[in-house]
Amino acid sequence: MEREMTEVMSGARMVVQALKDQGVDTVFGYPGGAVLPIYDEIFQQNDIRHILVRHEQGAVHMAEGYARSTGRPGVVLVTSGPGATNAVTGLVDALMDSIPLVVLSGQVPTFMIGTDGFQEADTVGITRPCTKHNWLVKDTARLAETIHQAFHVATHGRPGPVLVDIPKDVQFATAAYQPPQKARVDHYQPKVKGDIEAITRMVEMIETAERPVFYTGGGVINSGSAASQLLREFVDATGFPITSTLMGLGAYPASGKGWLGMLGMHGLYEANLAMHGCDLMINVGARFDDRITGRVKDFSPFSQKVHIDIDPSSINKVIRADVPIIGDVGHVLEDALRLWKSRGRKVNREALAVWWKQIAEWKAVNCLDYTPSSSLIKPQHALQRLEALTKGMDRYITTEVGQHQMWAAQFLGFEGPNRWMTSGGLGTMGYGLPASIGVQVAHPEALVINIAGDASFLMNMQEIGTAMQFRLPVKQFILNNERLGMVRQWQQLLHGQRYSQSWSESLPDFVKLAEAFGAKGIQCAAPADLDDAIREMIAYDGPVVFDCLVEKHENCFPMIPSGRPHNEMLLGDAETEGAIGAKGAVLV
Amino acid sequence: MAPLNIKQGSTQHSAYDLRDPHSEVIEQHTLALVVDNESGVLARVIGLFSGRGYNIDSLTVAEVDHTGHRSRITIVTRGTPAVIEQIKAQLARLVPVHEVHDLTVEGPSVQRELALFKVSGKGEARIEALRLAEIFRAKVVDSTLESFVFEITGTPEKIDALADLMRPLGLREMARTGVAALSRGI
Ligand SMILES: Cc1ncc(C[n+]2csc(CCOP(=O)(O)OP(=O)(O)O)c2C)c(N)n1
Ligand SMILES: [Mg+2]
Repeated sequence: MEREMTEVMSGARMVVQALKDQGVDTVFGYPGGAVLPIYDEIFQQNDIRHILVRHEQGAVHMAEGYARSTGRPGVVLVTSGPGATNAVTGLVDALMDSIPLVVLSGQVPTFMIGTDGFQEADTVGITRPCTKHNWLVKDTARLAETIHQAFHVATHGRPGPVLVDIPKDVQFATAAYQPPQKARVDHYQPKVKGDIEAITRMVEMIETAERPVFYTGGGVINSGSAASQLLREFVDATGFPITSTLMGLGAYPASGKGWLGMLGMHGLYEANLAMHGCDLMINVGARFDDRITGRVKDFSPFSQKVHIDIDPSSINKVIRADVPIIGDVGHVLEDALRLWKSRGRKVNREALAVWWKQIAEWKAVNCLDYTPSSSLIKPQHALQRLEALTKGMDRYITTEVGQHQMWAAQFLGFEGPNRWMTSGGLGTMGYGLPASIGVQVAHPEALVINIAGDASFLMNMQEIGTAMQFRLPVKQFILNNERLGMVRQWQQLLHGQRYSQSWSESLPDFVKLAEAFGAKGIQCAAPADLDDAIREMIAYDGPVVFDCLVEKHENCFPMIPSGRPHNEMLLGDAETEGAIGAKGAVLV
Repeated sequence: MAPLNIKQGSTQHSAYDLRDPHSEVIEQHTLALVVDNESGVLARVIGLFSGRGYNIDSLTVAEVDHTGHRSRITIVTRGTPAVIEQIKAQLARLVPVHEVHDLTVEGPSVQRELALFKVSGKGEARIEALRLAEIFRAKVVDSTLESFVFEITGTPEKIDALADLMRPLGLREMARTGVAALSRGI
């Protein structure tokens, strides 16, 4: 066995061997001159499945969807030059959302580097700020170890995308293969256990807090399903309210009794006001993003803040933490829960009851309320029907970016982690369709739906071809408002209703478009037909493009205008007149 | 509940770090990094500073451990205490960065820079340049009938001071290495 593992082989074979040894079953990729030796090796084996995409950006988003729905790193293979540059958006998307990816790119042979060779690009230079780390491998003897290190770095500490650039001569040359056990990874071992003194301080605060709130984020999901489980136990045992960022939805079940709904710019009234009015904020794996804090100066002015994060640079970056705890969410929650239990499971019951009464008043505002219509499909209504008709199914949701994304976050409920995939940090239109394909690859039997906008869908619609080729029955649920809806909303509120370039002109006939790929197209324009149409979509055994024609000028509320604090939320159109000043308009 | 102080050990804050975290005062700090001597590591460090809008007053880098493939980067930077903390945390996050030391808060340190000055002139000015060089313990490392090249080692402030004095005496060119620094004691 030992002899076999240190076998001499070509760099190209090493790549495939290293991927197998890392437990990889799927690679999303696109061939080209600089990766032909690797593709030749892929051809000669059956352990790793290669999903041929239609554009390299699609490959990276698919890998993200795969990673987020499984908790395992996604793997991408692209050629040099344009192959690598096409992957850049996906890399930044994964970096912003802390998604573990290993991207392998071909490069011109080492002796041609720097000569402006055909399809040469400075891939490590271009992707240095787009990855957690990257490597250019110039020696075949170092190739396998580098790939093993790449997997280690991508998945340890705060996860993220990494890239290994492999010149073509390195793929042809031979050397001894280094198995994973022999790869040096000791130099990158981020701390996972939290400081017990700080954890004790947090537990003391939990015992006395009068108006506590858990504020959770993608870190809980990244930490693994055990972290979600611990979070549930902690929240339910303390009886504290909990809200989550867009990234963290599903870590705590939407049906749980502590659930306040999502917070932030388009978050729920009760969630944002609880954040504003709390006296103890327990941030678990979230990063005080500007969509969450609003005006930093007025963010949650009365609270003590605990911040649990595996990345020390997240602590005190935006909001000063009173009790910073650097460590993995799962480890810290486990220690905290054990300590809290051993100290007698104390909370301030009377104060909590008053706090929940206050929250109930905020809930009664019914902030997601909208004006129903019997003639036009309201986008919120479409999502409510989709939610009702898919409830209890083995369901995964991805989204594009825009109003539809925010409505999906507001109106769909998630009972478990890894079931909600959306581009949070970068807000990448074109993410959802390929991401849905990546999810479906990992979960062939599940119902995978991409909530899309008409404009976002067009950004990577070529990937319907991929879905067809690999028989991946993804459902594309387009809330078609014939607008760049989110842009239009901002122009209405911030730019005097001057709708500059926010019309979706010359939209394709989405049904015919689907049919051109061999997929099924469904169009629905009337509220009365909606349920049947959705059922038809779910029942169809293959990719479906669902063109849901919705009210064109619906706005997404609640909304905290940029630069405003949480308690200055807009709840509906009536309140928007002159609501946002010049100062707010400068912000994004 | 009373506001808490950051506890020792719960963050990367030094126990001796008693600065006001909310201070808006700009401070200058000297950071010493131990990094893998691999290609691209300097680009990574510099890219972090430019990408996140931090300042670099001076930067030096050289391999210090050939067998261990380690280099030392010394960076003089400035910012509010919060920004300095961010810079250190961001640097520590880079995979090839092994150690980040803030020599400004970690106790006394020695800081030295080397500079070469080319001064040209005749008569009184030339003699005055030579006299000043002597006072500052700068060495003459090249001379012609009309010029000198002086070599000076010292703190950046000392080098600035000599440069100011030499300017009216015919300072033509100057090359500086940037700061190299080590903590005092063991
Ligand atoms: C790649 C990219 N380009 C531009 C934007 C800016 N942007 C955010 S939302 C949006 C409009 C999205 O329109 P659509 O997909 O139809 O969704 P809707 O808001 O109408 O639901 C735009 C252009 C973006 N997020 N991503
Ligand atoms: Mg739209």
